[in-house]
Amino acid sequence: MADSGQQADGCAIEVERLVKSYGDFNALRGVDLKVKWGEGLAIFGPNGAGKTTLIKILSTIAKASSGRVSVGGFDLRGDSVKARRQIGVVTHQTLLYDELSTYENLRFYGKMYDVPHLADRIRELLAQVDLESRRDDPVRTLSRGMQQRAAIARALLHDPPILLLDEPGTGLDQRANEMLINIVSSMCNGRRTVVMTTHSLEQGLAFCSRVLILARGNVAYEESGKLDISTLREVYHRHTGAGY
Amino acid sequence: MKESAGKVLALTWKDILSEMRTKEIITSIAAFALLVIVVVSLALDPSERTSAVAAGVLWIAFTFAGVLGLGRSFVMEKDKGCLQGLMLCPVDRAVIYFGKMLSTVIFMLVVEAIILPVFVILLDQPRFPPQLVLIAVLATVGFAAVGTLFSALSVNTKAREVMLPLLFLPVASPVIIAAIEASSLALAGEPWSEIVSWLGVMVAFDVIFLAVSPLVFEFVLEE
Repeated sequence: MADSGQQADGCAIEVERLVKSYGDFNALRGVDLKVKWGEGLAIFGPNGAGKTTLIKILSTIAKASSGRVSVGGFDLRGDSVKARRQIGVVTHQTLLYDELSTYENLRFYGKMYDVPHLADRIRELLAQVDLESRRDDPVRTLSRGMQQRAAIARALLHDPPILLLDEPGTGLDQRANEMLINIVSSMCNGRRTVVMTTHSLEQGLAFCSRVLILARGNVAYEESGKLDISTLREVYHRHTGAGY
Repeated sequence: MKESAGKVLALTWKDILSEMRTKEIITSIAAFALLVIVVVSLALDPSERTSAVAAGVLWIAFTFAGVLGLGRSFVMEKDKGCLQGLMLCPVDRAVIYFGKMLSTVIFMLVVEAIILPVFVILLDQPRFPPQLVLIAVLATVGFAAVGTLFSALSVNTKAREVMLPLLFLPVASPVIIAAIEASSLALAGEPWSEIVSWLGVMVAFDVIFLAVSPLVFEFVLEE
């Protein structure tokens, strides 16, 4: 796994008073968050709550308007390149090039991440996501589920200790979604810190040990203990006003 | 430095591989440039096909065809969120800039290599001056240095097809003017000594924008 900045500190992700504004609109309004190493955090919230914005900032794609963000022990204001080595990101988009094969995509990203023994690593990952037989087919010819599995292989290529999942199951049927989560679970298995945004309360609850509800750019609810689904539904409704 | 160069080349090779499969960029810009030259050659009387006019026609064709190619460069990256994929890589944003710029230069030079001989024949130019090759290379580098920046800037705008030429052409005008003037002199058979000052303008433009654009690129990419 990639070396992290300050694993001994106990926090993989630290967010303090994070604000993100787009013009007059505040997508995030002073979010505070700490995620320990090896912890799984599910973030729920209605559309526009700020989930994707938060993931974009944690993954260094967007810059915070104010506040402090540290990922893998690296402050994103000064060490964003080092922080990027610590994270793998899976979104509802595959981030893969349609015309290239899965192997070519992984080879390209592997070079960008300086992955050692790249050919072996790609072979290992393709076996884990069950895409060995389709490794030379252009990504555009793969089913949506297969593409998303290839996206997982891309995200874990450099063996990051932190995995950010932004609604990875969007557009997948139930079976493909379950398969995706099973693959991610088996590849993380407590070894990685996982932050996942999802609209599926069941999936988030099953996958993560801690839940957080974002509403209107703020942390509305946080719970580390085990919740049952009916309690979570009630809490979700109470804090977001949205039914589930 | 060596590591970054390897990543720039990996990015460029990825673009070349994609282009070899889709043929989207080279085909469209070559067809456009060829069309401009054919239409103008039909419109101009043989007596009007002077070196000055021919040089103007050549760079109008290359400029607008190049804008077409630049527009595609980052649109390809936006599909399936690949631009985000690049931004997640643990590399300086300048690596992305130089990788994309280098692919633009290569695609444009391929098209120019196809178009230049056709241009000499269709516009009845008596010679193919070797200076034209150097002029094309210097102008293309400057063109791509600025164009890559504005292509990344316009890809997130709604009217990107309009925004790109509107933003890019005024900034690129010094290199385009220098290319036209130098090409005109070269086609007229003038010696190197007459052309060198325009070459100097192009070199200065290239150096300035190759130094400044990567610094600005980071702010263009990030939200």
